[in-house]
Amino acid sequence: MENNTAQLQEKFHPVEDILRMDRMPHIWCSGCGLGSAVTAFVEGLNKAGASYDKTAIVSGIGCTGRVAGYVRLDSYHTTHGRAIPFATGLKLANRDLTVFVFSGDGDLFAIGGNHLIHAARRNVDLNVICVNNFIYGMTGGQNAPTTPLGAYSSTAPFGNYEMPFNLVGLAAASGASYVARWTTMHARRLRDSIATATNKKGFCFIEIISPCPTVFARKNKGGTGLDMLKEFQTRAIIDHDADPTQIPISMDNEIVCGEFINEDRPTFWENVQAGIKTRLEKFSDWEEMQSNSRKITHKKDRKYTSSRDF
Amino acid sequence: MYRESRLHGEFFMQGDIACAEGALAAGCRFFGGYPITPASEIAERMAMRLPLLHGVFIQYEDEIASMAGILGASWAGVKSMTATSGPGISLMNENIGLGMMMEAPCVVVNVQRGSPSTGLPTSWGQSDMMQARWGSHGDYGSISLVPNSPQEFFELTITAFNFSEKYRLPVFIMSDALVGHMTEKVIIPPVEELKIINRKYTDKKPEDYLAYDYGEDLIPDFAKAGDGYRYHTTGLTHDKRGYPDMTFECQNELVPRLVNKIKNHIDDISLTEEYDLDDADVIAISYGITSRTILPAITKAKKKGIKVGYLRLKTVWPFPEEKIRKLSENVAGFVVPEMNLGQISLEVERCARSNALVKLVPNPGGAIHKFEDVLHAIEEVAHGK
Amino acid sequence: MRYWEKPFGKEKPKTISGEIHIINDRCKGCSFCIEYCPREVLEVSKDFNQKGYHPPVVAKPDRCTFCGLCEMICPDFAIFVTEKEE
Repeated sequence: MENNTAQLQEKFHPVEDILRMDRMPHIWCSGCGLGSAVTAFVEGLNKAGASYDKTAIVSGIGCTGRVAGYVRLDSYHTTHGRAIPFATGLKLANRDLTVFVFSGDGDLFAIGGNHLIHAARRNVDLNVICVNNFIYGMTGGQNAPTTPLGAYSSTAPFGNYEMPFNLVGLAAASGASYVARWTTMHARRLRDSIATATNKKGFCFIEIISPCPTVFARKNKGGTGLDMLKEFQTRAIIDHDADPTQIPISMDNEIVCGEFINEDRPTFWENVQAGIKTRLEKFSDWEEMQSNSRKITHKKDRKYTSSRDF
Repeated sequence: MYRESRLHGEFFMQGDIACAEGALAAGCRFFGGYPITPASEIAERMAMRLPLLHGVFIQYEDEIASMAGILGASWAGVKSMTATSGPGISLMNENIGLGMMMEAPCVVVNVQRGSPSTGLPTSWGQSDMMQARWGSHGDYGSISLVPNSPQEFFELTITAFNFSEKYRLPVFIMSDALVGHMTEKVIIPPVEELKIINRKYTDKKPEDYLAYDYGEDLIPDFAKAGDGYRYHTTGLTHDKRGYPDMTFECQNELVPRLVNKIKNHIDDISLTEEYDLDDADVIAISYGITSRTILPAITKAKKKGIKVGYLRLKTVWPFPEEKIRKLSENVAGFVVPEMNLGQISLEVERCARSNALVKLVPNPGGAIHKFEDVLHAIEEVAHGK
Repeated sequence: MRYWEKPFGKEKPKTISGEIHIINDRCKGCSFCIEYCPREVLEVSKDFNQKGYHPPVVAKPDRCTFCGLCEMICPDFAIFVTEKEE
């Protein structure tokens, strides 16, 4: 009922214990959907019952890349586009961790595109959350691989004439086990989606469509963040049975949201373990496997002397 | 199965295989790599051996991912390594910079080949030496070890892991295709006889732990993911908490520390092999396979009466500046044969200043030095030219 | 004859209601909470906060049903709801 100021807070916002409050306020603009995405992420973790100590978050470079710096988990802010292989190394080296990759559309699908499709192909047990704002926000509004046809950006002053990627289609075609798309307006469904992905093994991909009022909306007459959210509300439909490869996003078509793929496939590590087991059953003698270095046996022990005496 | 999977004994072993065995003996349990001649054998050996030692092998989609992957594994507390050649290091440089900034221990093996660009994939060279020091953008300290035989490849791999764990940075092993592909006798001692150093984990509680707080040795204590420390680490300039801090003061504290971390410990890191330096007129400074191929020339020069000293650098970076400076005061000159067109010779020149001559014996790669070239160079320096 | 049965024997059905807490100085005036509150509890205030934005203010406190959407959708962690004790 009362309007409390920050200094006189008697109660604390529920997400504060998992945020790095010593770094607040965050750098995101007024009307940006990233704060909503972070809240949904935290609520999703809580709903899934994830242990904060055993959850790690890796992000790349960009506005979304700053998420790692604000969430109080083991967090890694890596180089542009390389969050996914870093997270793969982290997860494989310690398989008890639940590893999230939280990054933007340019970071994951432009410079990091190769890593994303291979991680999805391998079905590494990662949860990748891609916040799609259709532009490179942090660097000032350059064209992104998701910028819709005809949209303006700072490196496309005459309008973008490259066909954009359909992110959920790409992830699904690469072999992800779980593919979903939501907007930041679908706060509760996004939370549930993240909770499902947390407990699901395999490569889980969630695309979150977010408003970018400062660059994308400003360059494309989108209005404020609220206007963009209202536009999402008008254009978004939920269809879990849609084929993810057939639902691109353009400037004015409907945005199809939902959980498109939710399957159980063996993960990379499970496949590795199964393969080794099969091979070892055939070759039970380990000595046979070291085929390219011959062991030297001496009749009597000889001390090794250097052949380089001169 | 675990104990029997350790090798022990005398083997007739290829250099690359010896490197892989050295890594496993040092405790490496994560390898992320990409095939490239002449380093593919390291990946193949690791692919075969790591699963039996409960490790992880992954062939990534490119070298960039490999370097990012081994950093991630390092943060999970596992010793990790990658192996590549010149073109791969060029790709990995951004993430090597990330490893330097984040201070993540790992080992990067560069089995050098003919360069630049695709160069001579199946032939040898030593032309990536400067890249090992200055490859990534910015100022940072760097350690590079150079073996000259499969036995030494085995030993220096273990040393590289020790340095990386102790000083918390990616350490380079700058081998070359000759050493990598030659097959020689390698003695692998039992595990108990090896000196293995592990990274120093913090003993502070999570509430008191600062990710980049350091003591006199300028090296922060490590905390791995999953232990409840919930730290943040970033490639941006960061303060002691690990949080980004875009100020001059922070940069001024962080970057000199990254450089001095190595500079201050040069006595521990610098390894050399020296013969006859005390009364030498000419000193031959070499590293890697060149140090073996010039031996006949040195023997011949000695027979001709020239007092030749032999200095082999096992640690090329950090460069032993003080040692070269001191030596330069007492000798007529240095002869630096190397399989490039002058990289470490520049460092020798810088340290010798005007005290001594420095004669480079260049070789663009693809074949070992000609005996006559080295002998002529030694004679010229001895006679003051 | 009893015409009206009281549900569960109570006088009137028990509903949940929420108490809204607004952290004024965090708000960046995006108006998401005001727009998406399903019960139109919030409205833009006439006052400024320290950053110069108009934070929301609770206009109809009795209508809040503790749905939590304002808390979930706020990008600045500036508003949250707690269950009102009866």
